[in-house]
Amino acid sequence: MLEHLDLTMVNWARAQFALTAMYHWLFVPLTLGLSLLLAFFETLYFKTGNAAWKRITKFWMALFAINFAIGVATGIILEFEFGTNWSNYSWMVGDIFGAPLAIEGIFAFFLEATFFSVMFFGWDRLSKGMHLFSTWMVALGSNLSAVWILVANGWMQHPVGMAFNPDRARFEMQDFWAVAGSPVAISKFTHATSSSFQLAAFFVIGVSSWFLLKGRHMEMAKKSIIVAAVLGLLSSGFVAFTGDEAAHTTARVQPMKLAAMENLYTGRAGAGLVALGVPNPEKRPGDNRDAFLFKVEIPFLLSFLANRDPRSFVPGINDLVYGNPDRQLLATGKKIEKGQIAIASLKEYKKARANNDRTRSAAALSNFENYKNFLGYGYLKNPEEAVPPVVLVFYAFRIMVALGTLFPLIFAAFLFFSYKDTIARQKWLLALGIFSIFLAFVASEAGWVVAEVGRQPWAIQDLLPVSVARSNLTAATVQTTFFLFLTLFTVLLIAEVRIMLNQIKQGPEAE
Amino acid sequence: MGEALPSIWRKIFLLYRDGLRNMRLGRTLWVIILLKLFVIFAILKTFFFPDLLATRFATDAERAGHVLEQLTAMPDR
Repeated sequence: MLEHLDLTMVNWARAQFALTAMYHWLFVPLTLGLSLLLAFFETLYFKTGNAAWKRITKFWMALFAINFAIGVATGIILEFEFGTNWSNYSWMVGDIFGAPLAIEGIFAFFLEATFFSVMFFGWDRLSKGMHLFSTWMVALGSNLSAVWILVANGWMQHPVGMAFNPDRARFEMQDFWAVAGSPVAISKFTHATSSSFQLAAFFVIGVSSWFLLKGRHMEMAKKSIIVAAVLGLLSSGFVAFTGDEAAHTTARVQPMKLAAMENLYTGRAGAGLVALGVPNPEKRPGDNRDAFLFKVEIPFLLSFLANRDPRSFVPGINDLVYGNPDRQLLATGKKIEKGQIAIASLKEYKKARANNDRTRSAAALSNFENYKNFLGYGYLKNPEEAVPPVVLVFYAFRIMVALGTLFPLIFAAFLFFSYKDTIARQKWLLALGIFSIFLAFVASEAGWVVAEVGRQPWAIQDLLPVSVARSNLTAATVQTTFFLFLTLFTVLLIAEVRIMLNQIKQGPEAE
Repeated sequence: MGEALPSIWRKIFLLYRDGLRNMRLGRTLWVIILLKLFVIFAILKTFFFPDLLATRFATDAERAGHVLEQLTAMPDR
């Protein structure tokens, strides 16, 4: 197995970034969703005046604080990694990312941070209305932070509203609203936040289920379950809707990712969606092996989801790699040739500028403009390099969708038995509720694997592959920090779980 | 209005002072946050995360030149 691992610097840097991002993403969705649930709990207290809702709000607020404290600043390590491991990339996107990340820092984070302390310290000092306002502002600030981070991420998947400046070697923003309103950014934000609400709902349901199984804090647990299950069920509908929209957008702007998600090698009209399947691990682009060892397909569904037309053509990996003239799909080999012309023109432009040769530099720049959309392809060694790790993306997508389909059923079951007032007797469901916390995290991380592994080899879609985005460092340097982080993150995770479990065991009496 | 302003600042001060004094779980969390920030900024940032372009080059023009060099040299490798 080990001999198949490619231990180059770029892969260690990718592994390190994936480790940091996936660790960071353990905390973020819980913060996003739990902040909203806190606002709901407190709104019920405000509306009813029932002190039980205040106790409930304060209990979940303590768990929210633990998650926030352990998770805070983990994102900063990602920014450090940009400077160290991905310095070319950082330089090139600095102008694009500057605006959204500055807005995130100035408005969203400050909104969240300001009202965070008011929310915790202000229970006996503020009016009920003002305190409720603070709690809503924390929820709004948390979710606004996500908007701008996902705008930046969306731009990497679908770079719009920019122009490449060959003098500064930078992508420069031309249209802020095109970047902020990119369909990829919107679908990413709506899908990521709604799935985070599901995750937080499961967190509340899971902890409450534990209380019910232990016969403790029954009223608090039952009330919490109802609110969380309602939010979870509503979010599930939204997750399905936004997920469908995300797939539709992917079909338009990242067809290779969609083909990898479906393990679709040969494109076809009226393509079916593989509901269940085992991809052939030996399958490679262009060979004659079957793509699946086994599959169950729903006819026409993939075409419908991708293009809103059940008879439409969905390109496969082979169509995208080797071209399909009938469908006007350019082969990656041709794109590589165009990309190499773009690079050569850039080189020529640089040389002419250095020699103050205006005629040559203008001609080189004009040539570059003609081929700039293929720039990234010029760095690929062969057309097959444009294919992401198909099997991983396929399974991650299946896990996400399967769990996403199961979740509303669990939420509905909790609501049903809560309505019947027999929830405390449903031991199997309560056990499933606890296990669902784990399932929700798996689904959430799987979603990120689909989004980020599925877009490989690109750091910026079609324009910059990860192999060029990296810094000039040795693999050993990055390897050292990889294991350093692994240790640090594991220690922090253990700390969080221990503090969290301790707080849960104490229950609302801890207040 | 002249008297209201100091009163507001005093209220904010008291909110934070009393809030911080009465913390129980919060104290543990603050210890974790401070420890983590120390590890992230004092250790990791200092020893393991030099911003390569910022430390190796003095001006933006030099940084742009370096990245352009990387972009145009890459296919020859």
